[in-house]
Amino acid sequence: MALLEVKDLSVVFARKGEREVRAVDGVSFDVDAGEVVGLVGESGCGKSVTSLAIMGLLPKRGVRVSGQATFDGMNLLQTDERTLRDIRGRDVAMIFQDPLSSLNPVVPIGLQVTEVLTRHRGMKGEAAKKEAAHLLERVGIPDPTRRLKEYPHQLSGGMRQRALIAMAVACAPRLLIADEPTTALDVTIQAQILELLKDLVRDSGTALLMITHDLGVVAGMCKSINVLYAGRRVESAPRRVLFAQRHHPYTVGLLGSIPRLDAPKGEKLRPITGSVRDVLPWAEGCAFAPRCFNRVDRCVDGPPELVWTAAQHGYRCVNPVMEAETAK
Amino acid sequence: MFRFIVRRLLQLIPTLFGLSLLLFVWLHRLPGGPETAILGERSTPELRARIREEMGLDQPIWVQYGRFMKRVLSGDLGTSIGTKRPVTTEFLERFPGTVELTITALIIAVGIGIPLGYIAARRRGTWIDQLSVGGALLGICIPVFFLGYIVKEVLAVNFGWFPTTGRQDVTIDATRVTGFFVLDGLLTREWDAAADAIMHLILPGIVLASIPLASIVRITRASVLEVVQEDYVRTAEAKGLTEQTVRSRHILRNAMLPVATTIGLLTGSLLSGAVLTETVFAFSGIGAFIVEAIDRRDYPVLMGFIMIVAVIYVLVNLLVDLSYSLIDPRVRVR
Ligand SMILES: Nc1ncnc2c1ncn2[C@@H]1O[C@H](COP(=O)(O)OP(=O)(O)O)[C@@H](O)[C@H]1O
Ligand SMILES: [Mg+2]
Repeated sequence: MALLEVKDLSVVFARKGEREVRAVDGVSFDVDAGEVVGLVGESGCGKSVTSLAIMGLLPKRGVRVSGQATFDGMNLLQTDERTLRDIRGRDVAMIFQDPLSSLNPVVPIGLQVTEVLTRHRGMKGEAAKKEAAHLLERVGIPDPTRRLKEYPHQLSGGMRQRALIAMAVACAPRLLIADEPTTALDVTIQAQILELLKDLVRDSGTALLMITHDLGVVAGMCKSINVLYAGRRVESAPRRVLFAQRHHPYTVGLLGSIPRLDAPKGEKLRPITGSVRDVLPWAEGCAFAPRCFNRVDRCVDGPPELVWTAAQHGYRCVNPVMEAETAK
Repeated sequence: MFRFIVRRLLQLIPTLFGLSLLLFVWLHRLPGGPETAILGERSTPELRARIREEMGLDQPIWVQYGRFMKRVLSGDLGTSIGTKRPVTTEFLERFPGTVELTITALIIAVGIGIPLGYIAARRRGTWIDQLSVGGALLGICIPVFFLGYIVKEVLAVNFGWFPTTGRQDVTIDATRVTGFFVLDGLLTREWDAAADAIMHLILPGIVLASIPLASIVRITRASVLEVVQEDYVRTAEAKGLTEQTVRSRHILRNAMLPVATTIGLLTGSLLSGAVLTETVFAFSGIGAFIVEAIDRRDYPVLMGFIMIVAVIYVLVNLLVDLSYSLIDPRVRVR
């Protein structure tokens, strides 16, 4: 059994006097122990909401969550708050997109690290400080004892994200959820942080759910990749299979929108036009249809089912892209 | 840090200069000068003129102001017309009472206001929220005089739980050291005197606390509502920290910043509220004395007291700004 099994996860925001928003719609995927799994999609497609639902961090009011998120045999969506607080930070940890706003500005870095150690590992005083310094060193922060006394605003963007990673791996969690951990960083720093994450999970056997809008980011590290669009999983495959062949036009476009150095001469970029928020002109049907280059009449008949091929490759499209070099 | 303090103190000079000018003009426009108060019923135009001449009130106003400023700059605030004692002495004698009262009121207002504001924010839209915000508003709507009277009648006169007036029971023979009665009791280990002084502070403290309470509840509520949706609170939750740690370390510590500023700005209204409260409870502080001084047109006392209070107001806000840099490391005081 997988370490994390997400099954049919749906999240509906329903506030009084406002239109209901189905941010996540029947999403399923697995993360095996020690594996890196990618969750990819444009901004606004429901990646963060999915991860927050798994962590039990969505607001309590005005949100309906259904489905299952089974971690180590326990459905997190049905688990009481007390138990969840024990699991969070110890067994499942998370890092977020914006390292500056994710750190408490008025609490020294040191305390923000040691509070996890105190909470889950019962470490106090000097022992906790020593361990915190060790953790900072492990994530590549030079001069850790000095950094412990500093405040978030005194650190650079990359250092802040490293500090947040140190807090997340402080208890050697079995699952780490990284929600666009490099989006807010400079390109050069991005690569370093990705490298660090890769090393950390490899050395400690931690499973990583890597969330990103940039398919290029996960290309090098994920064992399998799930593509989300408008709250639905539209394509899912092991990495090699997916990079050899994308079936869903959205995934084709997603990869097409990344400039690649190794692209054949004359190949044109094919950015996806429009955005997730484009309204579907048909009540039912494929949500991507308004922006799709491969649209046919059947697209509007009803929501496409997930079709699986022999190579564990699933796609939700009635007119899939079939040959490898479709990008003309 | 040092330069910051010096700069702020230098900014005080034009403020005080302007304030003194305004006060001076205003006081001299009040109908009935001090001579009327001194002479009372027996005043004749001749007698009044003589007193005015003696006091220099017949001179043009700018001459009077010049003389006044000259004295003030040499550290002399003049002599009270009513008590014939130096204004500074009068002030130093009465100020500790007002400080004790103001601090008591602040402790009560903060002690009630911050938890109430926090709960209101976390239970936003429920009856608890409406009750705490509404209740705090009610506190500011009821005139201090009225609230003071009710509280005194019920809790002091009717039930006899608290003393009705004054700062210390006459039967207690307390040793005076600083003029702060509670502090004196603690310093001299006269515990009964300290306890008695505290009992005298509670009712006027509650009444005075009704003024800042509503602001503190409102600011705390708004500030907590903003902080709880910050990313770092989500990070704290993602770490699995206990509710208690998330609340005190991650929510309240950040939510306190605007509350601290508010408390600084509230000292003004607290001091003016103290005037009324002290009168109701015959509590000997600067408030009650200022009321008398207005009655007597005691110019030197009014000028002196109001100027000192202005300085204190600025100093308190300077202290608040300095404390800001203690709470918030991003604020670099230079
Ligand atoms: N608290 C919320 N209330 C209402 N709608 C929300 C809320 N949070 C997210 N959404 C909606 O859910 C959708 C998915 O958001 P999100 O998961 O943050 O996207 P992303 O893939 O960029 O992380 C968006 O359309 C967003 O408007
Ligand atoms: Mg997101």
